[in-house]
Amino acid sequence: MSFTRRTTLKAIGGGAAIAAASSIAARTAFAQGSGDILVASIHDLSGGLDIYGKSMQDAMILATEEINAAGGLLGRKIKLVTYDPQSNMQLYTQFAQQAAVKDKVAVVHGGITSASREVIRPVLKRFNTLYFYNTQYEGGVCDRNTFSTGQTPAQNMEKIVPYCMKQWGKRVYIVAADYNYGQITSEWVKKYTQENGGQVVATDFFPLDVTQFGPAIQKIQAAKPDYVMSALVGGAHISFYRQWAAAGMKARIPMASTTFSGGNEHIVLTPQEADGIVVSFSYFPTIDTPDNKAFVERWHKRFGPEYPYISELAVGTYQGMHLWALGVKKAGSLDRMKMIQALESGISFDGPSGKVTIDPVTHHCTLDIHIAEVKNRKMNVLAAFKQQKPADTAAVCNLQKNPNENKQYVIKI
Amino acid sequence: MDFALVVALEVLSAVAGLLLISIGLAVIFGMMRVINLAHGEFLMLGGYATITATKAGINIWLSILVVAPLVVGLIGVIIERCVVRFLYGRMVDTMLATWGLSLLLIGLVTTVFGNTTAGISSPLGSMSIGQYKLSLYTLFIVAVAATVALALYLAFKRTRFGLVARGTMQNADMAAALGVSPPRVYAVTFGIGAALAGLAGGVLAPITGVVPTIGVAYVAKAFITVIGGGASVLAGTLSASTLFGTINQLATFLTTPVIGEVALLAAAIVLVRLLPQGITHRFFRGSL
Amino acid sequence: MSTFWNRAGLAAFGLAALAAVLVLPQLVEAFTLMELTVYVVMSILALSLGFIWGFGGILCFGQAAFFGLGAYTYAVAVMNLGDSTGAVLLAVLIPAVFAAVLGYFMFWGRISDVYLGVITLTVSLILFNLVNSTAGDAYRIGSAPLGGFNGIPSIPTLNVPGQPELVLDPLQMFQLCVVTLALVYYGLRWLLASRFGRVVVAIRENERRVELLGYDARKYKLGAFVVGGAVAGLAGCLFANWGAFVSPTIFGLAQSAQIIIWVIVGGVGTLIGPIVGCFLIQWLTSSLGAFGGLNANLVLGVVLVAFVLLVPRGLVPTGRALLARRRAPTVRVDRLPETKAA
Repeated sequence: MSFTRRTTLKAIGGGAAIAAASSIAARTAFAQGSGDILVASIHDLSGGLDIYGKSMQDAMILATEEINAAGGLLGRKIKLVTYDPQSNMQLYTQFAQQAAVKDKVAVVHGGITSASREVIRPVLKRFNTLYFYNTQYEGGVCDRNTFSTGQTPAQNMEKIVPYCMKQWGKRVYIVAADYNYGQITSEWVKKYTQENGGQVVATDFFPLDVTQFGPAIQKIQAAKPDYVMSALVGGAHISFYRQWAAAGMKARIPMASTTFSGGNEHIVLTPQEADGIVVSFSYFPTIDTPDNKAFVERWHKRFGPEYPYISELAVGTYQGMHLWALGVKKAGSLDRMKMIQALESGISFDGPSGKVTIDPVTHHCTLDIHIAEVKNRKMNVLAAFKQQKPADTAAVCNLQKNPNENKQYVIKI
Repeated sequence: MDFALVVALEVLSAVAGLLLISIGLAVIFGMMRVINLAHGEFLMLGGYATITATKAGINIWLSILVVAPLVVGLIGVIIERCVVRFLYGRMVDTMLATWGLSLLLIGLVTTVFGNTTAGISSPLGSMSIGQYKLSLYTLFIVAVAATVALALYLAFKRTRFGLVARGTMQNADMAAALGVSPPRVYAVTFGIGAALAGLAGGVLAPITGVVPTIGVAYVAKAFITVIGGGASVLAGTLSASTLFGTINQLATFLTTPVIGEVALLAAAIVLVRLLPQGITHRFFRGSL
Repeated sequence: MSTFWNRAGLAAFGLAALAAVLVLPQLVEAFTLMELTVYVVMSILALSLGFIWGFGGILCFGQAAFFGLGAYTYAVAVMNLGDSTGAVLLAVLIPAVFAAVLGYFMFWGRISDVYLGVITLTVSLILFNLVNSTAGDAYRIGSAPLGGFNGIPSIPTLNVPGQPELVLDPLQMFQLCVVTLALVYYGLRWLLASRFGRVVVAIRENERRVELLGYDARKYKLGAFVVGGAVAGLAGCLFANWGAFVSPTIFGLAQSAQIIIWVIVGGVGTLIGPIVGCFLIQWLTSSLGAFGGLNANLVLGVVLVAFVLLVPRGLVPTGRALLARRRAPTVRVDRLPETKAA
């Protein structure tokens, strides 16, 4: 038989049809598995955001295995249904619909950028599927169907700005990514700076794919601030830290950041480029508590000792899963309303970042906040602030008074 | 006065950067009319080649200037032989193939290297101009860009290979009749274009973030520069990068980076409207 | 003979659309209908590029600009007007007007082939950068905040004209989109068979000859471009309805490249091709995301490269050739076209 194009195409066509059919069959069998509780994980595993998504997915896997090892939930095991939206908003919508309508999962953990969260939040609310958003963001989501376990500006920026001002001085220059998170962060930094008697010398916003920061660096030098606050995000913006160090500015003007290390920047950069940058997050792998040490050991045992970095987003996801599991146990059922009411009754989890408590009024979490300094590709914890409340969202959102709210407020600063 | 000098140097550096990232695409598109949508990924591969070589112990200068272009040039030749060769004359299909290649390369690098790779920092220090500090590496980029432009000019005008390449591009059948093998010329030219992209990626590696998806940030600008430049490979790219780089940097200095980006794009639109076949259709006609 | 096949093809398409609207909902589950809805909407977008490129010879690298404009216009309009009827009309009109302005700018400047591609790409990127910086309450049109990178969520769905409370449910949404696709397809077919369409195709073949015959090629190209922009805007409006959101990434290079890929995979120069290509690539991307395991980019890249080597003319022309029991004609060229004399 000669391999003409026709025969090749027929073979491929036949093969593809069989593959498609079997994948549909497999998926159907999947969804109606023998009494397993289905949990959906919608995180970017490819495309520009995969740095964040991959570790969040691993956190889902670890949490699922731990819960199953401890006997599961309500006598059943948890089964993870994983979706990779490939950094594409349309796929976020499709997979949210699929998880809610087709797989009928008990809960969805997913969304990285605020944009992706705002895409799937209404979908999940419409189809009555519980949603956990585990990434730090700008605050303001007021939705009874959604629980946020990530930190918001009032929690970490309120601490890092006075810390930096005390260390270095009152004049700050802000560089931020040009999208909602960066823009809102810069306003919060301005608020806390002014509250503490300081002054924002200037703010520069950079589109997400800018790699040339020469003019910005020269403008910063001309302005002569006491320190630089960075809210830059993404692979292209790593160039800023590189070029800053290359221009010899590291020794001259200190830098702090609210986003650095979330994308493993301190591992991509060399110690000469990154050492000394001060960051504030809820979680660092170097937090010195027995809970965290045990967690880090379990993580490395599961995913290998060479794992690049256990980020705040990963731990947020891990803690989110455990909080949800505690809610299910308390509710004794997978009924959405019962789960929500259980989660609103003051659930706490002693996680790697400290004690995490869900605030029933805002559906956000009270978290420990830590300030650390980069040193030799590791984070050196300098200060800890226990149990910071989500004050910014609390200022605009009260789900006990208005349980039917469904929007993200832009918090007036 | 100091500030003016600093601004001038930054503008020069931006122009040089734009030239470097575009010249590889200019060779492949200008001489072969192949729209290489995987160009950004060649840049990315150059960066990874440099990092891997430096970590393996090779001197950083060799990694940037020798290893990166060689590795990516070789990959370019392989891609040309395996995929692009079958698609000459079919611009549409080369677009699809190179887009598929770009996805493939991103996926391959993510699978092999993971999405977090420790990079290398600038091997040069900084210098001071008055109260302003400037990275010496900026000057290095300008030097490399100038050398590349000169070397390309000499290669195409003064060497036998350059003559053969230009002849093949003008009339392949005649060149074949004179004893040249056009497929080999195409393979080598594609390889040279890829090597130039690899060199750019290597040069930029110490001052940008090297992640598998970094190529996406470059490809649009490279295309706009190459096509704005017009038919001539060297003169076109040189003039277009000078124009766009200057506008972009000056706008960024004077206003905000967002307006700087928009200014570059708006300048491209105005340019193509005024000079519908690129700069070198009207000015510098007939140059290389 | 070919007229018979043409008529049969048209009838077959109509029957398929009818079956999809009436029969399919009984056979498949709710989620599949929702998934198919977005495939159908994207097919309309693919048709818009397939029309202006395959038949008009206009390779627009920024078709996503009209798509995004339609989506944003619908979102802003429906939030301000309350009733979706006016919003839909605006969502088709505004991209069409934008296409008219851009088209005038380009065609009267005698810009063509790759240079046109660059301009359209640049326009799309400018829109992206501008819309992206609109975060914060200050940026709103009427009562609709533009939202910057986060976009506009919770966009109200289409309602029955005149009755804002009667909103379409997912099933009706699906049926509406299929009917719209069928209408657009037949509309474009009719347009191509008309005098206008014939001149547009003639311009694609040889613009100078058409001009020498006395037609003003610029006007016809502009007309085709505006039709493409309007159809893309309509697709954008439906997309905003399907997902109830719109965000600036809709203007990005990735979205524009996707549309081009669909048309190429399906077959440039056909109308069915873009629809088929869109369905295939969309299905593939969704399956890769749900499957897990391998890196999605890697698999998609391999598939595309293999595709271009094995099925060079696109699916539909190759399919037609196979049906007619001929090998699909490929232009195997060992020599590059001559470059302009330096």
